[in-house]
Amino acid sequence: MSHRARETSGWSLAILVVVVFSLVPVVWIVMLSLKTSASATDGSFIPHHWTLSNYSDIFKLGTFTDALRNSIGIGLISTLLAVALACAAAYAIARLDFPGKAAILAVALAVAMFPQISLVGPLYNLWRQIGLYDTWPGLIIPYMTFALPLSIYVLSAFFREIPWELEQAAQVDGATPFQAFMKVIVPLATPGIVTTFILVFIICWNDFVFAISLTSTTAAQTVPAAISTFPGVSQFTVPYGDIAAAAVVVTVPVMLLVLLFQRRIVSGLTAGAVKG
Amino acid sequence: MAEIEFDDITKRYPDGFEAVKHFNLDVPDGELMILVGPSGCGKSTALRMVAGLEDISDGELKIGGQVVNEKAPKDRDIAMVFQNYALYPHMTVRENMGFALKLAKVPQAEIDQKVNEAAKILDLEQHLERKPANLSGGQRQRVAMGRAIVRNPSAFLMDEPLSNLDAKLRVQMRTEISRIQHDLHTTTIYVTHDQTEAMTLGDRIAVMRAGILQQVGQPTELYNNPTNLFVAGFIGSPSMNFLPGELDGDQLHLPIGTVRIPDSVRRQLDSGPGGGRSGIVAGIRPEDFEDASLISDRSRGHTFRAKIDVLEAMGSEYFAYFVVESEGVSSTELEELAQDAGAADLPHSHEGSQVVARLDAASRVREHEEAELWFNVDHLHLFDVESGRTLLGDGAGPDVARQPAAAGQQPASEPTGGASPAGEAPTTG
Ligand SMILES: Nc1ncnc2c1ncn2[C@@H]1O[C@H](COP(=O)(O)OP(=O)(O)OP(=O)(O)O)[C@@H](O)[C@H]1O
Ligand SMILES: [Mg+2]
Repeated sequence: MSHRARETSGWSLAILVVVVFSLVPVVWIVMLSLKTSASATDGSFIPHHWTLSNYSDIFKLGTFTDALRNSIGIGLISTLLAVALACAAAYAIARLDFPGKAAILAVALAVAMFPQISLVGPLYNLWRQIGLYDTWPGLIIPYMTFALPLSIYVLSAFFREIPWELEQAAQVDGATPFQAFMKVIVPLATPGIVTTFILVFIICWNDFVFAISLTSTTAAQTVPAAISTFPGVSQFTVPYGDIAAAAVVVTVPVMLLVLLFQRRIVSGLTAGAVKG
Repeated sequence: MAEIEFDDITKRYPDGFEAVKHFNLDVPDGELMILVGPSGCGKSTALRMVAGLEDISDGELKIGGQVVNEKAPKDRDIAMVFQNYALYPHMTVRENMGFALKLAKVPQAEIDQKVNEAAKILDLEQHLERKPANLSGGQRQRVAMGRAIVRNPSAFLMDEPLSNLDAKLRVQMRTEISRIQHDLHTTTIYVTHDQTEAMTLGDRIAVMRAGILQQVGQPTELYNNPTNLFVAGFIGSPSMNFLPGELDGDQLHLPIGTVRIPDSVRRQLDSGPGGGRSGIVAGIRPEDFEDASLISDRSRGHTFRAKIDVLEAMGSEYFAYFVVESEGVSSTELEELAQDAGAADLPHSHEGSQVVARLDAASRVREHEEAELWFNVDHLHLFDVESGRTLLGDGAGPDVARQPAAAGQQPASEPTGGASPAGEAPTTG
């Protein structure tokens, strides 16, 4: 076996291990969702009786479809707002030299580190008082706040990589600073923006702490919160099949999103801009 | 169409470095001004201030008679070719070139027509739909050029627009630029390192060093009457030879012999700033040398013998290198020039001064052999050792940098046997 072939097979093995390791839970959940509720806890990996009843069950539940709608709406709005604001902030941080620049980044990072659970109590009281409890904005605001620091961090790294001269070239070509930003900088930062978008969306999509504390009805309940309220057959059974089916269903949009934008997440988009 | 005026402009970068100092230059409407100088002397900085990409620390910049210090780049109506191209990587060549027109809301049909026209001139037609990443360096540079020429701005700023092209393409593009500039009659500032471009392309040349404007004038004027050692050494290729000299009445003692100063030079010396000086630096252009055996009337010059170290046959001529024993010229100007040029062949070594002579192709001079050479005394340049200023008067005074286009003619410089520098474009080394 040549050195090269050995190296290749070594890598293949390593990759295989990682893929199996990370896929087993996913396959497990899928299998679980295809079992009948009676056999959910029978300990076998592969279902004895394949069934789609769990899926039809959850869609018959009004709570789940409403939660799905809430999740998509709240997730998209929070993400869009966070990324748009972060773009502007990151651009300023990357381009401008102003006092306290380092401090802003440090504070942003501190906010991202802040334990969310410590805010839930005060927010609950505040939201009830000002009428944001169990509404979309009631979730969008905290999601945005916690997503912003991370977005700013990731995006400013991307903006720093873009040659400043491109923006200047655009201005000499007759663009206003805003036009130069929109037509030259943003297209070039697309990979960074898309990456940030997906990251933030996943964070909002999977959040449980805020969702369970700040909502109570289908008006604003998101999927993770809704899943926790799924009714069992009796008071003492956990609806494993339904939960698994719901988990599979909510994973699909995220996967679609990533696949859809995968082509855009390519580095080296600025190749050829400037000499050398 | 606009005149560009630099009025005592200084550029101080945030770190305190002064890249351009008290810069005064007037580029009349329609003129093509060449800006040359060693790397890092502030050429790009000067251009970027005109474009509005760099704040002006001191002084006033006027375009078309209007002070534009505070104007945004887009309101200056200027097209610029960036030194490092700055192409938009996410746009095709066509979109890159049409971007400015699109911003100006020109109808698409007109954009297409203009882009196609420019692509034809720049030989880019088959690359129009490609992205910059897939182009060669020279092709990218031409796209950068195209982005400027599709427009009809009030001024062109070009920062070494041809530096990455091969020799043939460069000649072709040079003539194109010249033609376009003449047709459009657009004021242009053109930065280059190429001697041929500098000498042939522009109406006038401005020489900069370390942020300071040294001299402005027509190419032949700079060539014949350089105001100081720096300009003398910078303009012309191979560059001027410098030898230490001693003035003694009508006699000039040089390491290659004592020559009688001709009346023409004498007159300039008397009208010049440094009449009574004795220690000087003499400058002789390579083309003012000749193989003595080819000269019929040697009385107009000085004949001497030298051992040729290296002889380069260029086909149309020879470059003969020889060393002249001397203590070497120790002028701060010269040393800086040597540093700027990165050249080791300037006379600052201990062994003596290296001299290069440009000889006719008919010369019988041999490498490693003693040869009899002649040089034209009428074309002697004399400089002050201390300041580096020329000692010859008549249009080449130290203040010449402030006088636009004073067509200073060197008196009594009728060609005599040897090579005459006037009007002859020196080739790049
Ligand atoms: N942003 C900056 N901050 C501080 N100094 C700078 C800055 N930009 C340029 N300089 C300095 O200013 C001087 C002039 O730079 P400039 O780019 O104008 O040189 P140039 O004449 O165009 O050189 P080249 O021929 O190599 O392009 C250089 O010494 C450079 O180091
Ligand atoms: Mg430059």
